[in-house]
Amino acid sequence: MFELLGIPPQALFGQLLLGLINGSFYALLSLGLAVIFGLLNIINFSHGAQYMMGAFVAWMGLTWLGIPYWGALLIVPLVVGATGVAIERLMISRLYHLDHLYGLLLTFGLALIIQGLFRNQFGVSGLPYSIPPQLSGGTNLGFMFLPNYRGWVVIASLIVCFGTWFAIERTRLGAYLRAATENPTLVGAFGINVPRMITLTYGFGVALAAFAGVLAAPIYSVNPNMGADLIIVVFAVVVIGGMGSILGAILTGFGLGIVEGLTKVFYPEASSVAIFVIMAIVLLVKPAGLFGRTA
Amino acid sequence: MSATTETNYSSAADAMPIGTPRHHIVIFAGLLVLLLIAPFMLYPVFIMKILCFALFASALNLLLGFGGLLSFGHAAFFGSASYVTAHAAKVWGLTPEVAILLGTVAAAFLGLVIGALAIRRQGIYFAMVTLAFAQMIFFFALQAPFTGGEDGIQAVPRGNLFGFIPLANDMTLYFVVLAIVFGGLLAIYRIIHSPFGQVLKAIRDNEPRSISLGYKVNRYKLAVFVMSATLAGLAGSTKALVFQLASLTDVYWTMSGEVVLMTLLGGMGTIFGPFVGAAVIVTMQNYFASFGAWVTILQGTIFVISVLLFREGIIGVISRWIKKPL
Repeated sequence: MFELLGIPPQALFGQLLLGLINGSFYALLSLGLAVIFGLLNIINFSHGAQYMMGAFVAWMGLTWLGIPYWGALLIVPLVVGATGVAIERLMISRLYHLDHLYGLLLTFGLALIIQGLFRNQFGVSGLPYSIPPQLSGGTNLGFMFLPNYRGWVVIASLIVCFGTWFAIERTRLGAYLRAATENPTLVGAFGINVPRMITLTYGFGVALAAFAGVLAAPIYSVNPNMGADLIIVVFAVVVIGGMGSILGAILTGFGLGIVEGLTKVFYPEASSVAIFVIMAIVLLVKPAGLFGRTA
Repeated sequence: MSATTETNYSSAADAMPIGTPRHHIVIFAGLLVLLLIAPFMLYPVFIMKILCFALFASALNLLLGFGGLLSFGHAAFFGSASYVTAHAAKVWGLTPEVAILLGTVAAAFLGLVIGALAIRRQGIYFAMVTLAFAQMIFFFALQAPFTGGEDGIQAVPRGNLFGFIPLANDMTLYFVVLAIVFGGLLAIYRIIHSPFGQVLKAIRDNEPRSISLGYKVNRYKLAVFVMSATLAGLAGSTKALVFQLASLTDVYWTMSGEVVLMTLLGGMGTIFGPFVGAAVIVTMQNYFASFGAWVTILQGTIFVISVLLFREGIIGVISRWIKKPL
């Protein structure tokens, strides 16, 4: 067995994989935040709660209605996204004329409500969600053992991330979206229904969070607090990357996941603060963020 | 040099005439009398809790309401001061005033470091950066050997003030806490109404204009951030002695959210709003404590209602009715 810098390769690649999986969630969530921020100019504090909702709705679908994992992967983002559309129409849309901080405060309150409701209903102990049979087991790659489901998480996240990037940067609809980000009044004057586009964008961002939640359900136990701490790390990811670019959000998400995984190998005590330390360094060196435009 | 620029926050305090308005003196005096009588009517520890949170919320309001900077990580200062005070009193056996001083100084130093980094970004990013650093402090408190992890630091001795006044009695401690908190509130009032406070309001209302007038905006922002962190630390240190406990709850993000809620509910940018907000929220937590997660749901609902319908806060609305800045 060869060793790398005194670390057995099993441990190294194992942590790298874990980092890649964390990175998949960072990327999906920070992508959703960036898409919402681009058009609505608010930070969606309830993103973590909506990710948790995704996992719970998948669990409820399986337990109460017998909807399997693959169905949940399609249906749950639609259901949770629909609640996002309702929230945007009923509440967030009333705040666009105000300071953007009010959007943050509103969605923070919503996150508290959502988390409290689920905690009341399901407790905090966490519910199991089994890995779909097609993806159980693992593959021996020679240098490491890869659980199939974990491989699928990384691939699914990559597909959705780059699908979103393609839709926004390379299609006509995405062009409208980018134009509305730059100048909503002018785009509205061309006859495009900007308010509806804003509503659907929020719904789409929320659906991305819910999709991440379904992906996470079989890996992490489904519990009401699963999104709360994660979202703060994702905020740090967003500050590091800057929300100016879609590709930037994806790259920063995966990159930081891997860095965090490597910290676990070489200096485990620091792994929980690694991303925050990187944030401090980025604020010192390049305050606008790695991919950010100065405001 | 009064700032008469257009304000986004529509705070009545901006129209303040020179000198201390008479009704402010009357309110402060009335509040003091009320607080001197209160411990004979109500449970002193309960009022001390309100007092500590009133100072904490007022410290946040100094930054948010008058500096226009939303910190979503003030629990970092409140909590770490609480830990330092508890450690100093319990392990080092220092007297309460020295322990509180050490806790407050620790919060000030932390405020200097976090503030210097956070003011490099504006608006929403500022809120996210402060929140992220506070979470880093939380992880530190979770792992550091002296914080006691999940248990926190329990059974902190209240000790003897200046070495000879025992504080074990709730009543004695109450008047010490009252002196600290009231002193803190008066200090904040003084800061707001100083020339420094006027420049802060100018920066809040129109940052580019303040820069073009020659003010070193970032220095003002950092200064108010450190002041706010220091006062939040003073509140946290005092709280550690009152409850004889420093725990992870004090540094967690929910604590940062709670103090923002108190400020918002009472009235951002008002002088007495945070006090009222703290009293309402602490009382609510007290009565709903047995309902578990419903407290969280209720707090979230108050947040949503405040933002959608009630942005001026309780004191803001009263201030508009009586047409006087409060």
